[in-house]
Amino acid sequence: MPAITGVLQNKMPDNLVFTTVDEVVNWARKSSMWPMTFGLACCAIEMMATGGTRYDWNRFGLIPRGTPRQSDLMIVAGTVTLKMATRVKRLYEQMAEPKYVISMGSCANNGGPYWKYGYHVLKGVDEVVPVDVYVPGCPPRPEALLYGVMKLQEKIQEDRVFRKKGDTLGSLVGASQAPEALR
Amino acid sequence: MDAEKIHARLAEKFGDKVQGALVTGPSPYTIVAADAIVRIAEFCKSDAELAFDNLMCLSAVDYIKETPPRFEVVYHLLSYKHTHKHALKAHVSRETPEIETVESVWPVANWHEREAFDMFGIRFLGHSDLRRILLPDDWEGYPLRKDWVDPDFYNGMHVKPTAQMAERAMAGEAIGVGPFAFTPPNKHTL
Repeated sequence: MPAITGVLQNKMPDNLVFTTVDEVVNWARKSSMWPMTFGLACCAIEMMATGGTRYDWNRFGLIPRGTPRQSDLMIVAGTVTLKMATRVKRLYEQMAEPKYVISMGSCANNGGPYWKYGYHVLKGVDEVVPVDVYVPGCPPRPEALLYGVMKLQEKIQEDRVFRKKGDTLGSLVGASQAPEALR
Repeated sequence: MDAEKIHARLAEKFGDKVQGALVTGPSPYTIVAADAIVRIAEFCKSDAELAFDNLMCLSAVDYIKETPPRFEVVYHLLSYKHTHKHALKAHVSRETPEIETVESVWPVANWHEREAFDMFGIRFLGHSDLRRILLPDDWEGYPLRKDWVDPDFYNGMHVKPTAQMAERAMAGEAIGVGPFAFTPPNKHTL
């Protein structure tokens, strides 16, 4: 948060902080992203490792929730089959706003090894849900997933809460992607 | 009991219903007539010398280039009692892929036969619950057949990537084409 300067400097008691609403709301949102407990394939093993003690995503405020109703973040970890894609879409729709999606691993990004010969795999989960951050890898290491989470935090920090947003579906994608065009 | 003896025992019992064999090598098998598969399976399980009490795997193979083209249903058997293994193969015509179920002999065949039905469209006559096991219920066709061609779409989602999607993938852009407001129909939860 920006430090107070100018005439207000040193005029207030220590427990008084000046900032903007966007700063505070975005700070709260990015510091308590609750991911949905949701793994589809081997990427989920790496996601579990990320949640374990060694990498410990709790320090980012990520607390896995067992229901989409309480979740802010969906980490699509693994191969999205066409049969599963309908469920992924439905779970995404059940999440409350604001909601974010991390596509984890090659399969979720673009079908990965199933690009050409997989008759049953969705070619990228961004065909059914809007994705905020793509994490490449097969599977990505926990460091990579954590970097993706940090990238999403940066993105959330740039969101606008009360000002006009871009023409998006609610995950505030446009606001952070092209701020100049939307002001 | 080694493969040669297993084959000899089957041939002695069933005569011309046993149509061939490979008794050397690491994975020996006996080719049996499809119309006698249940009798042979029952014998394999109940006979004291064979005692194949476990069906390890039931799968199918598509031999489309053979004359005539055929499916082979392969039964991998294991005897815990004698610790020997053997495979049975049954030829099924590609035009009318039908064979009797061995569910009455090894109950585990239920799911295996459903999978073979799912992927190859082989109908197991007398099966208690013959429907798709892995693919969605509204899927059309049998994808492990050699003449399978990917459809363009399944419920509005791309099955075959388009050239445009490939370009976007190579450029490192989002492949997604949306529209995200669209929800694919879902027979299971409607």
